[in-house]
Amino acid sequence: MSSITQPIGGHADVAGGHEHHPSGIMRWITTTNHKDIGTMYLWFSFTMFIVGGVFALTIRSELFEPGMQIVTPERFNQLITLHGLVMIFGALMPGAVGFANWMIPLQIGAPDMAFARMNNLSFWLLPPAAIMLLLGLFVPGGAPETGWTLYPPLSIQQGMGMDLTIFAIHIMGASSIMGSINIITTILNLRAPGMTLMKMPLFCWSWLITAYLLIAVMPVLAGAVTMLLTDRHFGTSFFNAAGGGDPVLFQHVFWFFGHPEVYIIILPAFGLISEVIPTFSRKPLFGYASMVYALCAIAILSFLVWAHHMFTVGLPAAGILFYMYATMMIAVPTGVKVFNWLATMWRGSITLEAPMLFALGFLFLFTTGGFTGLIVAIQPIDVQFQDTYYVVAHFHYVMVAGTLFAFFAATYYWLPKWTGHMYNETVAKWHFWGSFIFFNVAFFPMHFLGLAGMPRRIPDYAQQFTNWNQVSTVGAFGFGLSQLIFLYAVVSCIRGGKPAPAKPWDGATSLEWTLPSPAPYHSFPTPPVVQ
Amino acid sequence: MSERENRRLLVRLGAVAVAMFGFGYALVPLYYTVCDALGLRDLGRPDAVVNTQVDATRTVRVQFDTNVRSMGWQFTALERTADIHPGAVTQAVFRVVNSSGRAVTGQAIPSYAPRLAGEYFRKVECFCFQRQTLAPGETRLMPVVFVIDPGLPHEVATITLSYTFFEVEGTGDGQTGA
Amino acid sequence: MRRAGMDQGGTGLAASGENMVGTGKGGARRRWVATLAAALLAFPGIAFADWAWNFQPPASPIADQIERLHELIFWICVVIFIGVFGTMFYILIKHRKSVGHQAAQFHENTTIEVIWTVIPFLILVSMAWPATKVVLAMHDTSAPDMTIKVTGYQWKWNYDYIDEGFNFYSTLSTTLDQIQNRQKKDPHYLLEVDHPLVVPVGEKVRVLVTAGDVIHSWWVPAFGLKQDAIPGFVRDTWFRADKIGTFRGQCAELCGKEHGFMPVVVEVKSKDDYATWLAAEKQKLAAVADDPNKVWTQDELVAHGKKVFDGNCAACHQPTGTGNAAIGAPALVGDKVVLGPAQHQIDVVLNGQTNGVLQHPPAGGKMPSWAQLSDADIASAITYTRNSWGNKAEQNVIQPKDVKAERK
Repeated sequence: MSSITQPIGGHADVAGGHEHHPSGIMRWITTTNHKDIGTMYLWFSFTMFIVGGVFALTIRSELFEPGMQIVTPERFNQLITLHGLVMIFGALMPGAVGFANWMIPLQIGAPDMAFARMNNLSFWLLPPAAIMLLLGLFVPGGAPETGWTLYPPLSIQQGMGMDLTIFAIHIMGASSIMGSINIITTILNLRAPGMTLMKMPLFCWSWLITAYLLIAVMPVLAGAVTMLLTDRHFGTSFFNAAGGGDPVLFQHVFWFFGHPEVYIIILPAFGLISEVIPTFSRKPLFGYASMVYALCAIAILSFLVWAHHMFTVGLPAAGILFYMYATMMIAVPTGVKVFNWLATMWRGSITLEAPMLFALGFLFLFTTGGFTGLIVAIQPIDVQFQDTYYVVAHFHYVMVAGTLFAFFAATYYWLPKWTGHMYNETVAKWHFWGSFIFFNVAFFPMHFLGLAGMPRRIPDYAQQFTNWNQVSTVGAFGFGLSQLIFLYAVVSCIRGGKPAPAKPWDGATSLEWTLPSPAPYHSFPTPPVVQ
Repeated sequence: MSERENRRLLVRLGAVAVAMFGFGYALVPLYYTVCDALGLRDLGRPDAVVNTQVDATRTVRVQFDTNVRSMGWQFTALERTADIHPGAVTQAVFRVVNSSGRAVTGQAIPSYAPRLAGEYFRKVECFCFQRQTLAPGETRLMPVVFVIDPGLPHEVATITLSYTFFEVEGTGDGQTGA
Repeated sequence: MRRAGMDQGGTGLAASGENMVGTGKGGARRRWVATLAAALLAFPGIAFADWAWNFQPPASPIADQIERLHELIFWICVVIFIGVFGTMFYILIKHRKSVGHQAAQFHENTTIEVIWTVIPFLILVSMAWPATKVVLAMHDTSAPDMTIKVTGYQWKWNYDYIDEGFNFYSTLSTTLDQIQNRQKKDPHYLLEVDHPLVVPVGEKVRVLVTAGDVIHSWWVPAFGLKQDAIPGFVRDTWFRADKIGTFRGQCAELCGKEHGFMPVVVEVKSKDDYATWLAAEKQKLAAVADDPNKVWTQDELVAHGKKVFDGNCAACHQPTGTGNAAIGAPALVGDKVVLGPAQHQIDVVLNGQTNGVLQHPPAGGKMPSWAQLSDADIASAITYTRNSWGNKAEQNVIQPKDVKAERK
């Protein structure tokens, strides 16, 4: 990697190694470096994770026992709305973009992202959007009391917090779309010579598909919330029966976005897990091609199943059957992925460092969430589970134990590459076991609550639900506190620790491990040649 | 791999994003087209009656249901049910009383249960085709003339025709928003 | 008899019917749970809190079918789960570097990949078949014995016996003191209403569901029935209760501030008891309808008015009349409308008003119209506000005929 070579794109700010760049805060505000931007995304994501977590713990505290103790019912509703929006749009999506920014150029041998300045803009749109979203708590009427799904007519009734939320969603959507265009262009145009698409690490594949999904559905969400906005203020009646509209139409448009969104959140996690499991099994990924096809199949099916979120609105029987069958079909490609991961481990030489532990935790708990997903896909059963804690349990098994655990796995996996230090394995294992055990303590009882008939989004409940709620609240606090161990593990790794070699994991094969640790500020100024 | 290729891809993907924003809006007419095709929705205009052959071999019970949403009207059906033969032209009369102290304009929205019955429920004339403005204290009798298509599946023996009055801006001259 | 209900689902409060008998399916497992629950009951302080972990005992054929379908699919999932994770733990134990296992380098096998694509597909087909049968059964609303229209409002239910020509509202009867922990909670805390829906056992009840403001969802777990209530549109569904007893559910779609406080309570009576109830209910209504000009005493009005107020107005204005500034509901204590001319207050209650804090039409942040309440209800509620919480209005008795006059 000669330092005199000109950057590939010929773009002065892509990788001008000889260029002076600002330091201090201005470095971060003006940076166009994919590593800096990736780092900022990840810290932003963690910050929002803490904010959303505080909301979650407030909710769990209120639900510790029957009766109203901590917040008013309207504040409770606002917290559930913000918990959902902050976690999805603030923590999970930016987190995945952070990993993409850091790792995709390194994995495909590119010097940087294709559009470096747009990359800076897509990050810096996020903090103002987050502030706007949270500002809702302090305006008259508070944040929306609608849940993150923003169903009208309830959302039409809300105060100005609703408008702030709509604008925040617009901005975050714009950020996601720009980020996605950047990722697609980087992957399609900036691969090193010899890095064909079917040789790319699976993480890059998962993000390529995710980015297409984002470009397809984020604008639909923007359209849906714009329709809400004009219904609220400009006299349109998209969702108002009086003017010839239909409130159920919003649900269709929202879930046309919302279901692919679920896969937007989980697909990058699949990619991350597909990096970690082969490395710690010291064996190539089993069924690479079928993994790619399964990702594509899941992405395509995600457009055909949205109405399973609306199984109780009174769809005609034919519609219910179509959406039920289509939803059940998703179990096939998802099953292929799980079997392939197992086959990768089969006859491997497995070690259980923290990334592998989190990957196994992912496998175990995500699959559990997959089974409950299959159960709620069966419409007659879903009639009992729709809008109950069973659904809450289901999607936390796939979002938290799925995506979040994959993020933890990936963080420990790449921390040596990012910081140049090894993280403390003991601390990381404490983090894993704390997260794994308390996650289950917090969320497993919610299945029982849902079965027994506790609706979700209620600030107070009947007394037969008390015991499991108390268990769940204890688990939630344990899970929350376990994340402080994570913060400690990451910060101490940044500040020091055993120096990391270029390739700390003997089973790792992808390109990023050919770079020294920490990865230099400008990497691959000359493209590496693959095979 | 040149700058130009990147830019071309940027423009294309940007165009896809813009098109998908448009698609979000296109879902609105698309939804109504699908609903119309399935008979799940009833626009505020008369239906064409093609087959008026009366099927005297069976009787369908039609229930008339009335709702008023947040407005000071009293809205009732003179007859709550009617037993009719498919194909027979039938008139049902509703009464509205504006019990508020001001002139109010309302729009009635029809809805059917079971939903699929809408496809076979043909309204020749209906007060829901227009907005209705009532002076304070005014009482008005409003008819709906309809035919049930003899093609109605045999397992449907009871149909509910439900109207909900919503308060709207403007006066009785306007057509419905649909 | 409440132990009978408790023994069945471990849910105790779900169904406290008199004639509850054990349902065969899942009975053994339930009994095992019941033993556990009974053991827990021995501890003081958790007398009503138990470890409910399964469906409430089904009280309709559909709920029963749903439960059986769930058991089938649940056990298929458990078997697959054990297979998959049994394999995983086997690998983790046997194929570890620490036990000296050397990594093989194979990375594909088309045969096995085809097998694990096709077999899950076949399993799914075997699940879809019974599920489809239940879906079709749930949609069969033909040949009902009676029709009831359920309308969801923020935050109460209205039950309209369409065939009988009367309706009533059903609101939470748990007191605010219990919710705010100033009073011991009832056994049916948050699952009790002033006026439950009453239906006869064994009859097919067609339910028309709609809403008056935002989307609600009418849910009775024991009947396997959950139907969203969409404002402006009716949806139909049905149930046939096959057990006598009281069944409790809740609103299942977030509908604003009091979403957690609008339970559904259905009393299933024998056909004779139902007929008796129906006759009594009609007589009560006839008594009110007979004499619209009846002059009520102040005490009668205040007593009835408290019920009306707590059921309809207290959600925003609070049972203490102190209002809720956060949602723009003014305090009624010392309020100039309440203490001023009665005619103006009647007008506000009948037609609603926008208060200037939040102005998002059609319903948000404003006093809605209460024209749907009877003259007697409105007169009583107004009289109550004028004579309570230290309020002493000059015009302190409002008669139903005053309201009637104002409606014109």
